[in-house]
Amino acid sequence: MTKPNFDALNVGDELPSFTTEPVSRLTLALYATGSGDHHPLHLDQDYVRANGIPDVFAHGMLGMAYLGRLLTQWVPQAAIRSFGVRFTAITQIGERMVCTGKVVEKLEQGGEKCVRLELTCANEQGEAKHKGDAVVALA
Amino acid sequence: MLIDKKHIGMKVPPHSVNLTAWQLKWFAKATGETNPIYFDEAAAHKAGLPGVLAPPTFFFCMDMDKEHPFDYLETMGCDLMKMLHGEQSFTYHKPVYSGDVLDFDGEITDIYDKRNGALQFVVKEVKVRRQGELVCDVRSVMVIRA
Repeated sequence: MTKPNFDALNVGDELPSFTTEPVSRLTLALYATGSGDHHPLHLDQDYVRANGIPDVFAHGMLGMAYLGRLLTQWVPQAAIRSFGVRFTAITQIGERMVCTGKVVEKLEQGGEKCVRLELTCANEQGEAKHKGDAVVALA
Repeated sequence: MLIDKKHIGMKVPPHSVNLTAWQLKWFAKATGETNPIYFDEAAAHKAGLPGVLAPPTFFFCMDMDKEHPFDYLETMGCDLMKMLHGEQSFTYHKPVYSGDVLDFDGEITDIYDKRNGALQFVVKEVKVRRQGELVCDVRSVMVIRA
């Protein structure tokens, strides 16, 4: 992996994006195992229906993990200084997650050259599920 | 009912986590990770790492890895059925690997509401340390619907 170069990057430059497979019940079962979050809202259709919700839906942190992959496919993880998201909508079964990011600021932080990134995890219709940002240190 | 702001400053019961390659392997599978440093111990060693690398959001999973992860909300009298995850952020200081033992030490740093109490926000900030060294700050905002 060629690490992005601070001087060569401009505000507006985009990270290589990707689109996930459709989120399935298996995806959520695997995420429950991997994350340890076995909340029935994500796994048990009988439970959610009994609570007036039509179907199980994705863990918010699954989408954030996808955005984490967007970052670590772009830079080595040790370059990430901070990473945050707001959960703005629920991801339903069958939706693909489109993960995108772009440079919104070049800055110096703690004596390091950094870029601030704006990150979005959306469905294919463009409805944002998670909006995030990250600061990444670059040489 | 509004959450009593006296809970700002409340300490969350601390806990420790033994980070295992087994758990990270399942997390990598669940999130579609293809870089073997995130799931294969031999590949991680070959890359010069002491163990399998925990990915950026895994600190949240470890923070939740306790018998009652939302014990602090229960202490405040919140109905967990009305809880949503509002925001999540991390500030990173050191990478962590399988084989590490990590200590989670949290505190409630803010409680506020919007729309005349229809939405209440509880902010928890957790220091994650490895043998006393700060490795990550984890900030979680949980939303309680009226």
